[in-house]
Amino acid sequence: MSDMANQAAHDDGHGSAKSYLIGFVLSIILTAIPFWAVMTHQLSKPATVVLVVVMAVVQIIVHLKYFLHLDFTPHGKENAIAFIFSAVIIGLVVGLSIWIIYSANALMMYM
Amino acid sequence: MSLLGKLSLDAVPYHEPIIMVTLAAIAVGGLALLAILTKYKAWGMLWNNWITSVDHKRLGIMYIVVAMIMLVRGFADAIMMRTQLALATNGATGYLPPEHYDQIFSAHGVIMIIFMAMPFMIGLMNIVVPLQIGARDVAFPFLNNLSFWLTASGAVLINISLGVGEFARTGWVAYPPLSELTYSPGVGVDYYIWALQISGLGTLLTGVNFLVTVFKMRAPGMKLMQIPVFTWACTWANILIVASFPILTATLGLLTLDRYLDFHFFTNEAGGNAMMYINLFWAWGHPEVYILVLPAFGIFSEIVATFSSKKLFGYTSMIMANGAISILGFIVWLHHFFTMGSGANVNAFFGVMTMIIAVPTGVKLFNWIFTMFRGKVRITVPMLWTLGAMTTFTIGGMTGVLLAVPGADFVLHNSLFLIAHFHNTIIGGAVFGYLAGFSYWFPKATGFKLNAKYGKAAFWCWQIGFYVAFMPLYVLGFLGMTRRLNHTDNPDWNIWLYIACVGAFIILLGIIFQFTQLYVSIRDRKQNLDTTGDPWGARTLEWSTASPPQFYNFAKTPEVHSIDAFMEAKENGTAYAKQAEYAPIHMPKNTSAGVLMGAALTVMGFALIWHIWWLAIVGFVGTIGIFIVRAYNTDVDYYVQPDEVKRIEEAHLKNVAEVAA
Repeated sequence: MSDMANQAAHDDGHGSAKSYLIGFVLSIILTAIPFWAVMTHQLSKPATVVLVVVMAVVQIIVHLKYFLHLDFTPHGKENAIAFIFSAVIIGLVVGLSIWIIYSANALMMYM
Repeated sequence: MSLLGKLSLDAVPYHEPIIMVTLAAIAVGGLALLAILTKYKAWGMLWNNWITSVDHKRLGIMYIVVAMIMLVRGFADAIMMRTQLALATNGATGYLPPEHYDQIFSAHGVIMIIFMAMPFMIGLMNIVVPLQIGARDVAFPFLNNLSFWLTASGAVLINISLGVGEFARTGWVAYPPLSELTYSPGVGVDYYIWALQISGLGTLLTGVNFLVTVFKMRAPGMKLMQIPVFTWACTWANILIVASFPILTATLGLLTLDRYLDFHFFTNEAGGNAMMYINLFWAWGHPEVYILVLPAFGIFSEIVATFSSKKLFGYTSMIMANGAISILGFIVWLHHFFTMGSGANVNAFFGVMTMIIAVPTGVKLFNWIFTMFRGKVRITVPMLWTLGAMTTFTIGGMTGVLLAVPGADFVLHNSLFLIAHFHNTIIGGAVFGYLAGFSYWFPKATGFKLNAKYGKAAFWCWQIGFYVAFMPLYVLGFLGMTRRLNHTDNPDWNIWLYIACVGAFIILLGIIFQFTQLYVSIRDRKQNLDTTGDPWGARTLEWSTASPPQFYNFAKTPEVHSIDAFMEAKENGTAYAKQAEYAPIHMPKNTSAGVLMGAALTVMGFALIWHIWWLAIVGFVGTIGIFIVRAYNTDVDYYVQPDEVKRIEEAHLKNVAEVAA
């Protein structure tokens, strides 16, 4: 019954203190670098924007790995596949919607 | 602001004789039902065995009862429309005034998709999926009961709209700006919104529940690629439910903000964009049609294998085809609005994607044909529905490929050609599939077989009626007739409108035969008992239980080593093996929380529709309160003792042995 499903949920790997610490430190570094770039204007504006975006994406991956425990071990594979599937569907729906509405908008005749 | 919001006695449509007669009939029928229940003292039985039940088999039956009732309601709308259009030719006005006719076609669409097809599909899934994977129930039995009552709550709201106020006049898609407050100031669109929101929540919870069930509760040994094909089809449908229903909820939420709080997401004014609603609606709506049809494909696969006395041809390709359809189903939605004007590139992309879907669908069709090839095909009622669907759905699919050509769609968009096409796929694919599944699994769910004579009569009436009713609509589409017309004035159209009306009445005969079949079968059930649990010589685990299955499904969880686990057990002689020892079985207890939460949400929905704010708060707080009480209830399970299990199992095995002897 329901307890079987609950049990399965409890089996999921929780990270050790060490892995949470690694995730935490990495997150701080990945936040500090773009913060430094924006505050001190050491880089050109386009370079700063690229840096912020790249660091953000890397940080998403860090969060997924260390805090949400997504991985491709036999045990974690199901969660990782479900996550990737959701990401693909959201990417498709949002991306194609933007394309559709943008195209329609571009062809609109404004009074 | 009055205490009753916008609600007053004027909301009852006294001046509409058709509605008042219908209401009177419902009232008389309802009172008769209440009297019968009271006379036979059936209230306690109804409450304890059905309403509060968390048994997936009983919930499945209740879903199908709802679907049957809503089929009658939705079909009444259909036959009224066809009669109106047959009468209102040559400029005549017919008998349905436009404002009433608009509500009828809107209600027909919403009811048939959301409250007939969906409950029918989910009902079959409830009855069959846990049995097929060797589970004792779904992962979250209380949630399953709640899902049912949320669906019922939506159905109740939509039926209340018949007698109190009005229903939407916007078509089942409720496109803004027509569905905005400026153009639909009445309560019709609000009924639409809240009925869909509440039942949509139920559907979403069902999707989550069955995904967890299939991924976490399969019988030991059952690998992913050994899950029976119907369960696989339902699993893909559930993935689509979980991925797409939130889009509908969000879209209707935005429309609600527009209508209730003066937002302007989809208005003409203040930067709103109605096109975004159309886009989001179909980003849900297209996956939704695959949610309807994939389980039907699964049903055909089970039936074809069983009645060809062969294992299914191309099991793996069938699962892969389902998966391909599910993912492609998320990148074709623009074909519902090629004419919106997103330009040639966008239309070309979505047109091509749409045509590609025909490939995995074709794979399925060939798999069924090859399954029958050199098999011992038994033409039973479920098999008739399957063969009927294979021909009818193929025609519908091909007209779909035609409509996927953007150039052709610009000519045929919103014409009756489109109406013919989607009825061709939804009736010929989904509804025939559910009716096939209904007659196939009926003995499993109830313990007795359906009368085959009336079943065949129902099938032939549906099949012939379908062609007579909808082929003329293809012609009318080419002749330029658009959908949602109240009356016509074109002599070229008349003959086709008359033929279509005749077709609708042939389908009516089919429905009458369907209910006659039910009546006759229930009356003669003693002669048609299925004592073995395996009336068709079938292949999958659900047939290894008694009919109806023991409430705990399996005394001992089966071990699975192949796709057709039960067939393998029969061939090895391990089916019906006697157990020396039985272990206690852990079962969930019934609960009234589901039906009470459903009732409180119905009150909330009704209050929100009529702007009775205090009552909406009562309904909402009540729902949450009941849930909290339920969450703190620890007395939710019990154990069935081994001696009771032994008694039930031995009685069943004795039955099986008697038939075999």
